[in-house]
Amino acid sequence: MHFGPHLLLAALEGLVTSAVLALTALGLSLVFGVMRVVNVAHGEFFMLGAVLAWAISTAISGHPALGFLAALVLAPLIVGLIALVAERLVLRRLNYNPEATIVATIGMLYIIQQLALTFYGPEARPVEPPFSYRILLPWFGYSGYKLSIIAASALLLVATWLVLTRTKIGLVMRATQYDSETAQAFGIPVTRLYAGVFALGAMLAAVAAVLIVPISQAHYLMGQDPLLLSFIVVIIGGLGSLRGTVVAAVLIGLSDGIISVFFSPTLAKIIATLLVAMVLVFRPQGLFGTTSR
Amino acid sequence: MTDKNGFFDLSRSALTRRTALKGLAAGAGLAVAPGFVRYSQAQSSAPIKIGFQSHRTGIGAAYGRWYEKTTAAAVKAINDSGGINGRPVDVIIEDDGTDPGRGAEVVGKFASQHKTDIVYGTLFSHVVIGSAPAAGEAKMPYFVVSEGHHVASTKLNRYIFQPGITDVKSQIQSMAPWIAANAGKKVTQIFPDFAFGYDHRDYLPPALKAQGAEVIAQIAIPPTESSFTKYFPQIPAETEVIYHVMVGPAVLTFVKELGEFYGSNRPQLFGFIDSLEATDINSPGLEFLDGSHFWEGSPRYAQPDDSPAQKAYRAAVGIDDNGAAVGDPKDVSTAAHMFGCWETLYVVKKAMEDAGYKGPEDRAKLVEATEALTEFAEGPEHPQGPKTFNGKIHQCFGIQNISKVEGGRLNVVHKTKIEDGLYEPEGDYTTQTL
Repeated sequence: MHFGPHLLLAALEGLVTSAVLALTALGLSLVFGVMRVVNVAHGEFFMLGAVLAWAISTAISGHPALGFLAALVLAPLIVGLIALVAERLVLRRLNYNPEATIVATIGMLYIIQQLALTFYGPEARPVEPPFSYRILLPWFGYSGYKLSIIAASALLLVATWLVLTRTKIGLVMRATQYDSETAQAFGIPVTRLYAGVFALGAMLAAVAAVLIVPISQAHYLMGQDPLLLSFIVVIIGGLGSLRGTVVAAVLIGLSDGIISVFFSPTLAKIIATLLVAMVLVFRPQGLFGTTSR
Repeated sequence: MTDKNGFFDLSRSALTRRTALKGLAAGAGLAVAPGFVRYSQAQSSAPIKIGFQSHRTGIGAAYGRWYEKTTAAAVKAINDSGGINGRPVDVIIEDDGTDPGRGAEVVGKFASQHKTDIVYGTLFSHVVIGSAPAAGEAKMPYFVVSEGHHVASTKLNRYIFQPGITDVKSQIQSMAPWIAANAGKKVTQIFPDFAFGYDHRDYLPPALKAQGAEVIAQIAIPPTESSFTKYFPQIPAETEVIYHVMVGPAVLTFVKELGEFYGSNRPQLFGFIDSLEATDINSPGLEFLDGSHFWEGSPRYAQPDDSPAQKAYRAAVGIDDNGAAVGDPKDVSTAAHMFGCWETLYVVKKAMEDAGYKGPEDRAKLVEATEALTEFAEGPEHPQGPKTFNGKIHQCFGIQNISKVEGGRLNVVHKTKIEDGLYEPEGDYTTQTL
């Protein structure tokens, strides 16, 4: 294949990765930024989203788009509810203590994973895409659905950005992120906000998973890679920074796509990890992060 | 229970005498619970215990589930007709997570805790290779149903056998003439980046070369990969045949993305059914496979010339004419491989009877009796077809099926002969001490 089309394919693959990664990492970043909780179980909320998407889309007969749309709405809601319960039962009882919550979310990771294994099983199951249009380029064919993921993710990111910057709830979230004690002193119900943010973070991961599941497959171990990549993105972009998360996701996604198409996927992972090390050495707060107060 | 710095402080929660006693009682209760019972002595009527190292979880889960179904059916058939040496067969299953490290632990557990007579049933080659030293150390006969060349390479040890399924080297050698003559001469290989894939990587090029064809590119893909499009540009444009063999949970994605990439304007495809095992070939997005060819150990779809033994085997395992579970057409089996479980158990039965096997003290006699076997006739015990067995390399040889995707099913279009797959032995296990 010639260089031009080769690069185009690499860029398309990279953008799909970026789109999903940006949503997942944003959830992780939000939870850390506002709550100062490192959610190790984030990847499992991603996996739950995919597994629920499978369950919902198989329960609904008729055109595959119906099942998919239902999954796109319901799966994140259910995952958000589960996250809410987990927040009430676990994180709140630990007073959001940074060290204790890491251990607690590791526990949640195993509990969710094993429950999925018990009730969903060890198989990888496919979800039918809402439409299967194949875009025919002169050099190769490309899935139309994959392109729609990029668009859907961009829409969701813009919506999140609008919520954070233009609404009262966004203002409250930013105030809590800036200084939670002062926010509380000004009458912001911080614990209720924390519950909402934790659920929102999990929902973002679940939405990303519902989008990716028609081209990947639902499997109980699928949460591991997104978790790792999300951490990489969040560290590079700066914890708690929306702009940093998106920029880092596009950077990591594109470089992953291009390096793995031209060289090898292993090299792509090596370079991403090296980048994390470099950022940690030279700019520990991340590219767009601010130093902690 | 956290102090003002948020650290856990166990010293503040006093351990009362009552709590301590409760804990002791619970511990004692566990020790006498079922599972921990030590059987004193194998009586002559005590069951023969077969430790089944199963891929219940991990990337081999779909195979593990069907290997368990086939094993249950074979054990039922054996027990219904009087068991082995008049003793019933009892299968103990342990999950190895399709992981070599855990595989070795499971073998150790069978040897020291369950005290099974043999260990059996592993498919994934890296698990076999990881578990083999543990089996050799425990002097535990280990019958695998793995398809890899590692047993026949004589690089493992004298306790490892593969009598129920042929190995990749033999499969490739017997099919290469057909590929070169019918599919094309310029072949690009796509294979999983671990032991099983390396057998394909190493043995296909010489086998094709002998037929005047050549491998022009080799693409290794990590077995846990979930997205494949990025590998396809490496396929050279002059490729006439794509030879693909993939394993793991993402196989459906692999074939779908191959279809999206090429559409109907594709090179010839020759695949190992591993790329689609446990997956419905009529899944949406797989239409482009129509007209392509697959290797099958045993055909997934019922064929018009199926022997009565093949029909009886399919009924016993519970698969319908499309190779899916009876009553659940979506639950597609791993038919191309799982017959090996059935046949291996009958080889174990034959060898144990030849050896007059009584218990673990006769394991060496069992190894020698297995090595003495030479031929397995086609029939209810070997429904896939006739086989020969080479006791020096612990490997059986049999026929291969090449099937074509036509009208949403796989029809066998070519069957190889046993002689097509024979090769010079690379060593001799029988020279090793027991």
